[in-house]
Amino acid sequence: MSRRMTMIEAINDALDVTMGRDPAVVIMGEDVGYFGGVFRATAGLQKKYGKTRVFDTPISECGIIGVAVGMGAYGLRPVPEIQFADYIYPGLDQLVSEAARLRYRSAGEFIAPLTVRSPFGGGIFGGQTHSQSPEALFTHVAGLKTVIPSNPHDAKGLLIAAIEDNDPVIFFEPKRIYNGPFTGAYDRPVEPWNKHADSEVPEGYYTVPLGKARVVREGEAVTVLAYGTMVHVAHAVCLDKGVDAEVIDLRTLVPLDIETIRASVRKTGRCMIVHEATRTGGFGAELSALVQEHCFYDLEVPIERVTGFDTPYPHSLEWAYFPGAVRIGEALDRISKD
Amino acid sequence: MAKSARPRAANPRSSAPKPAAVAASVPDVSAALSSPVEDDATFALRSLQQAHANNKRYDASDAELLKFYEQMVLIRRFEEKAGQLYGLGLIGGFCHLYIGQEAVAVGLQSALNEGHDSVITGYRDHGHMLAYGIDPKVIMAELTGRGAGISRGKGGSMHMFSTEHKFYGGHGIVGAQVSLGAGLAFAHKYREDGGVCMAYFGDGAANQGQVYETFNMAALWKLPIVFVVENNGYAMGTAVKRGSAETHFYRRGTAFRIPGMPVNGMDVLEVRQAAEVALEYVRGGNGPVLMELNTYRYRGHSMSDPAKYRSREEVQEMRDKHDPIEGAKQELLKRGVSEDAIKDIDKKIRQQVAQAADFAESSPEPDMAELYTDVLVETY
Repeated sequence: MSRRMTMIEAINDALDVTMGRDPAVVIMGEDVGYFGGVFRATAGLQKKYGKTRVFDTPISECGIIGVAVGMGAYGLRPVPEIQFADYIYPGLDQLVSEAARLRYRSAGEFIAPLTVRSPFGGGIFGGQTHSQSPEALFTHVAGLKTVIPSNPHDAKGLLIAAIEDNDPVIFFEPKRIYNGPFTGAYDRPVEPWNKHADSEVPEGYYTVPLGKARVVREGEAVTVLAYGTMVHVAHAVCLDKGVDAEVIDLRTLVPLDIETIRASVRKTGRCMIVHEATRTGGFGAELSALVQEHCFYDLEVPIERVTGFDTPYPHSLEWAYFPGAVRIGEALDRISKD
Repeated sequence: MAKSARPRAANPRSSAPKPAAVAASVPDVSAALSSPVEDDATFALRSLQQAHANNKRYDASDAELLKFYEQMVLIRRFEEKAGQLYGLGLIGGFCHLYIGQEAVAVGLQSALNEGHDSVITGYRDHGHMLAYGIDPKVIMAELTGRGAGISRGKGGSMHMFSTEHKFYGGHGIVGAQVSLGAGLAFAHKYREDGGVCMAYFGDGAANQGQVYETFNMAALWKLPIVFVVENNGYAMGTAVKRGSAETHFYRRGTAFRIPGMPVNGMDVLEVRQAAEVALEYVRGGNGPVLMELNTYRYRGHSMSDPAKYRSREEVQEMRDKHDPIEGAKQELLKRGVSEDAIKDIDKKIRQQVAQAADFAESSPEPDMAELYTDVLVETY
């Protein structure tokens, strides 16, 4: 049995399913209980599971994550929401110094099985404090897992897997595609999820394993590596330009499915990496290094990176900043030569 | 208190703390070990609260009250217009309106010395800018993301600045501006310019850890800063009592020996008088004050908030019985100020706001090259 869902509904459903199965799962965060979350991801859950299991916190990100780490060490499975990824920095100390290292420094006696959910990315005119993509800060920290779904089906399966995982997981939700896939055509009305194949979400329990990428489209000409919103944008540009691209949705950045990437680049000999985050030190740099290490003799042309600019996210000129069809198209042209 | 208490910029050094006061107030370990901590008898925790209770309302002249009225009406009409432009799609993203809270910014900042004392606030910042005399045109143009906006369109509603007016933003991260405020106050003291910093934050931000780190430092170093909690009852959708163990925010400085003052933020004259009391204390080199301004926002937290967490009756009750603009208007009429004089102000403000909106709609977007300016000093 399955039904059509938006990303938000799928995330809500994943939370519902895990809460129903495991009394150790608790949800906490700013406005997640009574209000149901600013993006409605936790709507109805307090009513169903009560105020002890789904509760509002003060605006105290450092405290929220710190408390969640302690809860996790004592056997609970907290799922704190940080309302926007841009608000996560006060909690960074707790994530980096405590959550990521508790297992290591207690020789495996204590764990921090929390899943920090947080909407991230731009495309909604949020400006510099409501649009950021800080994933590379977390992939850089040993001891954290970083997951970014791109559609309702994966969002539910990955979130259930993340909550069940015994390590701390940063679960970034691309807020631009909460209510519909986005191909970068910002001047056209939002397309609803129910027209998209990946909005078909199984009822009840299932997981999408962490560390397994998905080949969205098979192709021979070029390998496209993307995650979150940019999977849809890059895919659409390849279709528009008639490029026979192999589009890979990474789904989890750490652990990374290097096997799928390697197999694809060996086949195509070309690799384009797309992300919305700033370029310097972005996750694309890590991907580029890995592809070079694993596939150097298969590469026919230099790897292309299409990313956000090395600037804060502007309020105005959002679509000039966003690595959309123009920049992806130009990179595809460069990489397809010869 | 005399009306002339408002300090002027002409000779800022006259009200400056003792030279090298900052260096002297950095704790000297040997002194701390040998001298006992100031005891509770001399700790004037409630002294300001009592001073304000004894003399609640500012004795404004008609001209002053008219000016307060005008500033509050400007903020309200500006915000209503911003709401309309948002509805038309001319303003995108996040937009937090100040409607209902006007008496706070106007009452407090009228007691400051604009361009001399610094002001810093969170994301609900339009009102504080207007109260500090910043041109509505460049604020509105920032909201619409135009090149003529005060941050050239790149900041947007939540991120605006004016060094000329000593308005230091406009900050989108809840509570983050409070520490910056202490830094501004430190610089005022260090430079001996006699200025104070007014640092605003909300009841929600009052639960951020860094606020308390800042309280401690500000009190320890006796920084010239007025901390202002604008308690509008709701941290987004979370009512104060559901998110705060101590809902009397003015008490939250007690652990740091910072005197607190609860203030009715819906009466501009009460607010102004409280500011007089607070500023006299702070300008006297006594360190920070924590003011809690009890107020109310009529609109949702942001434009996308349907505000279902409170009843329509609650909002209506505040509008009907406690509206700061209506209150000031009634007071003006009672004093014998003519209805025509008030109408003239209303008309003038409508024109001013209409002009700001026209300007904000007709100005071009920033040049594409602006994407890469002001990231670092160098271009790259």
